[in-house]
Amino acid sequence: MNAASPSLVPRLGHGFRFQWEPAQNCHVLLYPEGMVKLNQSAGEILARCDGKTAVAAIVADLAKTFAMDDTAGLEADVRAFLAMATERNWVALADAVSEETA
Amino acid sequence: MSALDNPKRLGSIGQPLWLLAELTYRCPLHCVFCYNPVDFARHESELSTNDWLRVLREARALGAVQCGFSGGEPLLRDDLEQLVAEAHTLGYYTNLITSGVGLTEARLDALKDAGLDHIQLSFQDSTKEINDFLTHTRTFDLKQRVGDMIKARGWPMVMNVVIHRLNIEHMDRIIQMAADLGAEYLELANAQYYSWALENREHLMPSREQLRQAEEVVDRWKEKLAGKMRILFVVPDYHEGKPKKCMNGWGNVFLTVTPDGTALPCHTARMLPGLEFPNVKDMDVAAIWNDSPGFNFYRGTEWMRDPCRSCEHKEQDLGGCRCQAYLLAGDPNVADPVCPKSPDHHLVEAAVARAEQGIVPAQPLVFRDPKESRRLLESVAME
Repeated sequence: MNAASPSLVPRLGHGFRFQWEPAQNCHVLLYPEGMVKLNQSAGEILARCDGKTAVAAIVADLAKTFAMDDTAGLEADVRAFLAMATERNWVALADAVSEETA
Repeated sequence: MSALDNPKRLGSIGQPLWLLAELTYRCPLHCVFCYNPVDFARHESELSTNDWLRVLREARALGAVQCGFSGGEPLLRDDLEQLVAEAHTLGYYTNLITSGVGLTEARLDALKDAGLDHIQLSFQDSTKEINDFLTHTRTFDLKQRVGDMIKARGWPMVMNVVIHRLNIEHMDRIIQMAADLGAEYLELANAQYYSWALENREHLMPSREQLRQAEEVVDRWKEKLAGKMRILFVVPDYHEGKPKKCMNGWGNVFLTVTPDGTALPCHTARMLPGLEFPNVKDMDVAAIWNDSPGFNFYRGTEWMRDPCRSCEHKEQDLGGCRCQAYLLAGDPNVADPVCPKSPDHHLVEAAVARAEQGIVPAQPLVFRDPKESRRLLESVAME
């Protein structure tokens, strides 16, 4: 399976809706007849899965936003999360080049 | 024993995460297992567009995130697109629960523009003959066409098939058809015996052997389609002998608003005697959800009697379904008779035993339509 390599571009999975939910005080993912409540890091990662930003750039942006020094550790976490999220169809990973020509 | 007297319980009231908007009881189909009330002909009035818009806003403010537009056939309301658009803007995940009758290319485009997130298309069977027979119309070809149109617009394809004695042996072809249509989710829901399905229970209840074989077929397909299609097989509670945690708890996550504006904790709760349910025209959704006696009555476990009160499973199943207790035992305050601990469990065992014998009942199938509804109303009045 794909381990979300740095050049790939994640986007939200087909049929999912991602938003901040005040009543739950967290980000949520909505899908047919269901809802997943996301913890803060999952929410921050998914908020950046816009179909334009590559994994490496997401990691850089998170490191900057949260003033983190250990980008290697952060990158491992992001890639592990995206691998899990891809398996559940929350996100789809596209090759940056083919995405542009599509 | 009003729940309102108990501040601890008030504090634990959940949010109505699910709003089911039953826009109309009108329907072009006449399904023999429909869960709409058998006396639906008595409730012909429908909320206005503005009433529905207000309900959508009020429920969303309470935390509702899933909005299902259902019926009857919701496509019969020509303000459906407007309601979907408002729900989408408010931040709901919007679900259209439809038979597909009345879905045209133009309407699908308008619903897509309105921001509709997903369509659940119901099928009655995989073969044209049975499908048309069970719904009493010629709709099967149409559904297949609608399925293709839904797919073409990039919606996730969710199919729902109610399973019962008359179609359970077609399980293999049903799943094959869902796979051919590119369904991402397939819900195989064993008929639950309320309303019209209860009228027709003798015709609809499968034998244990039929269920066992069907489950084998389902398991085989689950393995084959892993990662492509999620298949949910909802096991019937009559056969399992295990009460379900109905609606995930009374007044816990689920709010139904019926066509005339009556607010209910589940689709069928209106039948329960001794309870009054408020109307969204008279009260706002927050007051209905938090304060109305109808929504508080069966919240939690305080209302229980034995065997539920002292049962180790009472938090898991919350005593099962109140409507089933009323329909089978004649009292909504007792344990769900599907539970082996219920003193009324023999009623369920007898129904299952009759299904084992496979004797075709003398009473013909009753199709859901206004004429039958009025007939059933009259027969109740005469008793």
